[in-house]
Amino acid sequence: MRVAEAWRVALDALRANRLRSLLTMLGVIIGVASVVILVAIGTGTKQQVEQQVEGLGSNLLLVVPGRLDVGTAPVVSPLDLTDADAVSRVVGDPGRVAVTVASGATARAGNRSDFTTVQGVLETTPSVFTRSLGRGRYLTGADVDTGRRVAVLGASVARSLFPDRDPLGQQVALAGVRFRVIGVFAPLGQSLGVDRDDEVHVPVTAAQRLWGTRRIDGIAVKAPDRERIDQLGERIVAELSRRHPDTEFSAVTQQQILGVLGDILGVLTGVLAAIAGISLLVGGVGVSNIMLVSVRERTREIGLRKAVGARPRDIGVQFLLEAVLLTSIGGLTGMALGVGTALLVDAFSPIPAAITWWSLALAFGVSAAVGIVFGVVPAQRAGRLDPVVALRAE
Amino acid sequence: MTVAAIEAVDVSRTYELEGVSVSALRGVSLTVDQGEYVAVIGPSGSGKSTLMHLLGGLDRPSGGRLVIGGRDVAGLTAPELATLRNETIGFVFQAFHLLARTSAVDNVALPLVYRGVGARQRRERAAAMLGRVGLGHRLHHRPNQLSGGEQQRVAIARALVTEPAVLLADEPTGNLDTATGEAVLELLERLNAESGVALVMVTHDQEVAARARRRISVRDGLIQSDTRHDRPPSGGPGGPATLEHAPSAEPRSASGSGPGRPPGGPGGAAGATGRLPRAGGAAR
Repeated sequence: MRVAEAWRVALDALRANRLRSLLTMLGVIIGVASVVILVAIGTGTKQQVEQQVEGLGSNLLLVVPGRLDVGTAPVVSPLDLTDADAVSRVVGDPGRVAVTVASGATARAGNRSDFTTVQGVLETTPSVFTRSLGRGRYLTGADVDTGRRVAVLGASVARSLFPDRDPLGQQVALAGVRFRVIGVFAPLGQSLGVDRDDEVHVPVTAAQRLWGTRRIDGIAVKAPDRERIDQLGERIVAELSRRHPDTEFSAVTQQQILGVLGDILGVLTGVLAAIAGISLLVGGVGVSNIMLVSVRERTREIGLRKAVGARPRDIGVQFLLEAVLLTSIGGLTGMALGVGTALLVDAFSPIPAAITWWSLALAFGVSAAVGIVFGVVPAQRAGRLDPVVALRAE
Repeated sequence: MTVAAIEAVDVSRTYELEGVSVSALRGVSLTVDQGEYVAVIGPSGSGKSTLMHLLGGLDRPSGGRLVIGGRDVAGLTAPELATLRNETIGFVFQAFHLLARTSAVDNVALPLVYRGVGARQRRERAAAMLGRVGLGHRLHHRPNQLSGGEQQRVAIARALVTEPAVLLADEPTGNLDTATGEAVLELLERLNAESGVALVMVTHDQEVAARARRRISVRDGLIQSDTRHDRPPSGGPGGPATLEHAPSAEPRSASGSGPGRPPGGPGGAAGATGRLPRAGGAAR
């Protein structure tokens, strides 16, 4: 039998049982759509995080006590501002060095309050990390040197504390101590569900006084060039280790952070795809089931076809094509549904989603393969039917 | 001398049912020559359906030698047997076995699909064949839009579209009323006479069987009698006397296992009553 003929017969058979074909396809449609959607969300999240890490500024080197690795406990920092000065000497340019000492604190303005993260920083922060101001000005060297109680608000904090007023020049109480608002950051958005605009920057000296500490949490360096960034990191770590022999330090680059985050998100995407794959498998079992029913139902037809000269292979191919057609049409529909849903999710929800061609190709390939795998047994059964028995079937 | 269309020598068929062997045929020998008109009669359970399936290549014998269209079925694989059926045998069933939701012309064209004939040529040949069975005006009707007689005529066209050597009809009138059944029989007999296709008809109806020039009676898995008649018995209702000249009786007498005695006058009446076997009962 010619292949074109077999396709026509298979299509006719599906058309003859529209509702049943549709319901059978639904399993595959849902499976393929969930694979496409979940992979799109995983990929979108990964891309967003990568963009944000890269958006921190180029050639960034983060120096922290302890080891940056998945599953290690944070270490109490022995660092203080003199260490930042030492790092500046290693780098050769204090403008490329930023520090942070951060803590959660309640910010209050009038009768409004907001629990936020207060970051004690140097005036170099906007140039080391790529941050831009929406309004007002950033901290100056003088603010840091004198420990002036001035603050730059993240966009969310500004919005929640001053919903209907210009925050510039207003007073805000951080952990009960009054600061004057001198600037507001341009909004950054969310990352992995975390609001990146929920922070307040104050001079590191003022923050240390606020919490009664001389420590800083970590140091960030913007390296002059990409080529020698690892070498610079080693020199910084060596200097800090010399100053604090009891503590281990690590200097990590964006590439290393991306690597770690990429691993985590890759596993996440894989798990999501596997869960979706299970539903595709269940859809395949449904196809197998309905094909067995179809073979039984059309036993007489099979008997007749064999009587007039159909070989076992002709019958097998016919039923296999029927199964593949079911899953392929279901697969294409599921792809369209998945792409549409992913685009809607990306446009109208905070969850990012990015369609990748490989996920579409994979979903379609898998659904066609499911048709073959789950169609083979019913098709073989049909092909092997004894024509005498088949013709007598009710 | 022409080659026999089907030749069976001591053919038996045994079924295994839950560990018990059941013999449906216990050693049957017969030859169907080209252009013959044979009726196989016997009560249900006699083995006549099993014989029919074997003669049509739908089944294989458990023992003996069966040659269809010059090929010994014992040496054929399932696909080869399917091709042999396609090329040599046409089937007509009691229940028509037409594909629903498929037009008459496509039903008739079905065997040509498995012969690899192109779509256009299939339709042309199927339409021509439907014209020969008097359904040239029903090409695109579906089975549920046709009467029982018309459906069986579509099935006959399907059986003959491949120009087979043998037309096997299994109770072809069993689902039809008397008048329609008569018309279908006349059609089968006319095609047998015109195209030279051998017609082997299985029936339990003595009246139908009496029209054939050769009658094989099967009982308990054995051929009980195999008799020939140069003319159909006078009792046949409106027998196609004008058509029965086509195949001559001479070559057949050489191949049959029965003595081929000419029928007596009262024998026709006895056959029509469905009570008594025809003369020449000691066939084997």
